[in-house]
Amino acid sequence: MTSACPACDVAPAAGALAQGSGLQFSLPTIHCAACIGKIERGLAGLIGVTGVRVNLSLKRLSVTGPVAATQVQDALTVLGFEAYPLDVAALSTSRDDTGRALLTRMAVAGFAMMNVMLLSVAVWSGATDATRDMFHLISAAITMPVVAYAGQPFFRNAWTALRVGKLNMDAPISLAIALAAGMSLYETLNSGEHAYFDAALALIFFLLIGRFLDHKTRMNARSAARELSALEVHTAERVVDGRARTVNAANLEVGDVVLVAAGARVPVDGVLLDDCALLDRAILTGETAAVDASRDALLQAGEINLAAPFHLRAVAVGEDTSLRRMAAMVETAENARNSYTALADRAAALYAPLVHLLSLAAFVGWYAFTQDIRLSLNIAVAVLIITCPCALGLAVPAVSTAAISRLFSRGILVKHATALERLAEVDHIVFDKTGTLTLPSVDVPDTLDAKDRAILKALAQASQHPMSKAVVRALDDADVAHLRALSEEAGSGISAMAGAQSVKLGRGAWLGADFSGFGYRRGDAPAVAITATETLRAGVGEALAGFDLPCEVVTGDSAAPAHALARQLDLPIRWDARPEDKLSHLDDLAAQGRRVLMVGDGLNDTAALAHSHASIAPASALDASRTAADVVVLKDSFADLPLVLAVARATHMLSTQNFAIATVYNFIAVPVAAAGYVTPLVAALAMSLSSITVILNAQRMRWIK
Amino acid sequence: MNILVVLIPVSLILGAIGLVAFLWTVRSDQYDDDKGNAARILLDDD
Repeated sequence: MTSACPACDVAPAAGALAQGSGLQFSLPTIHCAACIGKIERGLAGLIGVTGVRVNLSLKRLSVTGPVAATQVQDALTVLGFEAYPLDVAALSTSRDDTGRALLTRMAVAGFAMMNVMLLSVAVWSGATDATRDMFHLISAAITMPVVAYAGQPFFRNAWTALRVGKLNMDAPISLAIALAAGMSLYETLNSGEHAYFDAALALIFFLLIGRFLDHKTRMNARSAARELSALEVHTAERVVDGRARTVNAANLEVGDVVLVAAGARVPVDGVLLDDCALLDRAILTGETAAVDASRDALLQAGEINLAAPFHLRAVAVGEDTSLRRMAAMVETAENARNSYTALADRAAALYAPLVHLLSLAAFVGWYAFTQDIRLSLNIAVAVLIITCPCALGLAVPAVSTAAISRLFSRGILVKHATALERLAEVDHIVFDKTGTLTLPSVDVPDTLDAKDRAILKALAQASQHPMSKAVVRALDDADVAHLRALSEEAGSGISAMAGAQSVKLGRGAWLGADFSGFGYRRGDAPAVAITATETLRAGVGEALAGFDLPCEVVTGDSAAPAHALARQLDLPIRWDARPEDKLSHLDDLAAQGRRVLMVGDGLNDTAALAHSHASIAPASALDASRTAADVVVLKDSFADLPLVLAVARATHMLSTQNFAIATVYNFIAVPVAAAGYVTPLVAALAMSLSSITVILNAQRMRWIK
Repeated sequence: MNILVVLIPVSLILGAIGLVAFLWTVRSDQYDDDKGNAARILLDDD
C-alpha cells in the first residue's frame, strides 16, 4: 500500500481523516425505511459529517467528512444499531462498470427494438412497395449500429470460445443476430418482402436482460463475500524501542518484534519471546483444547492468544507464513474445479452444431429444389432465428438468478458460478467438527446460584476475551448483575465489586486457586473452575435431519471429544486427521465414485474445501477457507443447509425443464420454418412467447422448500 | 401518406428522449440500491 501521506501508513484512521473521504460500515440489522431515516438524520448532526448515505440492498452505510470511525460507531450504538467498520481498501470500492455497461446496452437495444417493432407493424399490416422499402430502410438505419454496439458481449464471448476450438451458447446467438441483420439489410436494399430487423434486436434485448440479472445477483453475493474480509483486522502492533505502534500487517518484516494482545490473532509466524503463552489453535488444527507454549516455541499465524499479551519475533511474513502457503495450495486445487463444464455449455455443445446443420440442410434442400439462392438463404435465416437461441440463452440464467437471490435472502452466499450445479450432484457429506458443527463454549457448574450467574455474566460482558464471550453465550438466559469498579487485568482476568464483596473472573493462579484453567471467585468463597468445552452450533440437528445423504465427520481433534460428538449426533467420525488425511479421505471417496460436499471452516479444512466436489463454509471461517468455499453461510444457524441442496437440485430440475420447453418449441417451429412458412411476424411472436415461458418457469423457484 | 414525414421523426425523437433519460439515471447511480429507493419513498422528510 502506498500513500501520499506517510502518517496514513502508520494509522489507517488518520488517512481517512486527512482525506475526509468515505468511511464504510456494515449494518446487519437495518431492514426498513424507518431505519434509513433514523440513521441518516441521527448522523447528519454529528460534527464533521458532510454526507451520510445508507444502502439498504447491501446493508451498508457510507459516511463522508472529517470524522473518526469510532465516533460514528458510538453514535450508531446510541441509535440502537449494530455497526462494524469495514476496511475500505479490502472492499475495492470501484464501481460496477460491467453492470453499468450491460444496463446501457440493454437500454439501447430496448429503445431500438420498440421503434423497429413500431415500424414493422406498418409492414405487417400490409404496407407495400415504396412505403415498405422506406420503413425497412429506416429500420435498417436504427438496427445496424445498435447491433454493432449492443451485441458486443455476445460476439466477444463467442469469439473467445471459438478461438480455443469450443462452442458455447453465444456462438449460435451471434450467428443468428449477424445473419438476421445482414440478410435483412440485403433484402431491404433489393426491395425484398421480409426483413428480420426486429427479431435481431429482440434477441439482443431479451438476452441482455438475462445477462444483467445474472450479473447483478452475482455482484451482490460477491460484494457480501468481500465485506466479510473487510470486517477483519489487518493490523498488528510492532514494538520499536519498547513502544508499540499499530502498523498494517502486510508491512511487517522478518525480525520485527510484535506484541499480540489478549484475545488477538497472531499476525505472522514467529518465535515466542516471553516465558509462556496459552493459545487457541482450533482454526489451524481443529483441536478444542488450548495449547501451552513456552519460550522459543514457534507460533503460527492465525492462532489466538488466550492469555496475557506476549511478544514474538517474526520469522516468516506475508506470503511465507504457513497461513499463506495453505492458501496457495487452495489455488492449485481450485484450477481443477474451474474445468467443470457448466450445464449451459454442455447443452450448447449439443445444440449449436445441430442448429447450424439444420439451417444448412434447409439452405441446401431449398437450393436443390428451387435453384434460388436468395430464397434459400432467407429460409436458412428463418430457421436460425426460430430455433430460439433466445429461450436457450435464458434457460439457465433465469433459473440461477432466481436460485441465488432466494438463497441470498436467507443469508446464504453462492460465490462460484457452477456451485449450484455441482451441489445438485452431491451424494455424500463430510463435516469438520470444531468451529463448524461445534462452537467453543464453557461449562458453567450447576452449583452456582442465580446471583452468582448474574455477577458472572456481568463480569464476562466487560471483556472481549474469547473465553468471556463464551461465558456470555453459555449464560444466555441469566440476568445481569450491577457491578462497580470493573477493571480488566490483561492476561489475568476481570475484577469488580458486587455490593461489598470483590468478584473475579480469570486464570486459576490469579484467583489463588489450585487449578490452572479459568475460574470464578466471589469474596472469600473457594474459586469455582469454569472448563472450556464445546456446544453444537444452532440448527445442526435440523440440518442433519433434513439431509437425505450419508454424512460423516472428520476432525483434527483428539479421540475423546470426537467420540462425545459422535454419540450426540449418531454419525461416523474420524479423529486426529491432519489436513493431508482429510484430503486423502476425500480422494478415497472420489475414487469410489462419490461426489462429496465438504462443510468446514478452519485452515486445516481449506485444502479439503477446495478439493471436494462442492463446499460450504460458515461466515466465522478463516478468510482462506471462505475463499475456497463455493457457498458461505452468513447466519450462525445451520438450519438452512438442507435448503441449499434443495435449491441446487431445483435449479438443475428447472434448467433441464427450460431446455425441454425450448426443445419442444423447436420441434414444432423448425419444420414450419424449413417449409418456408415463417414470416418475420411469426418469428417475433415465437421468440417472445418462448422467452416468457422460460422466465415464468424459473419463477417456480420461489416455492421450493 | 405525407403525414409520415412528420410522424416518423416524432416517434424516433420521443423514443430517443426516453433513452437519454434512462442513460442519465444509469449514470447518476440510481440502480445501486433498489431496495433502499423503494423504502425511501416512505420517508416524509426532505
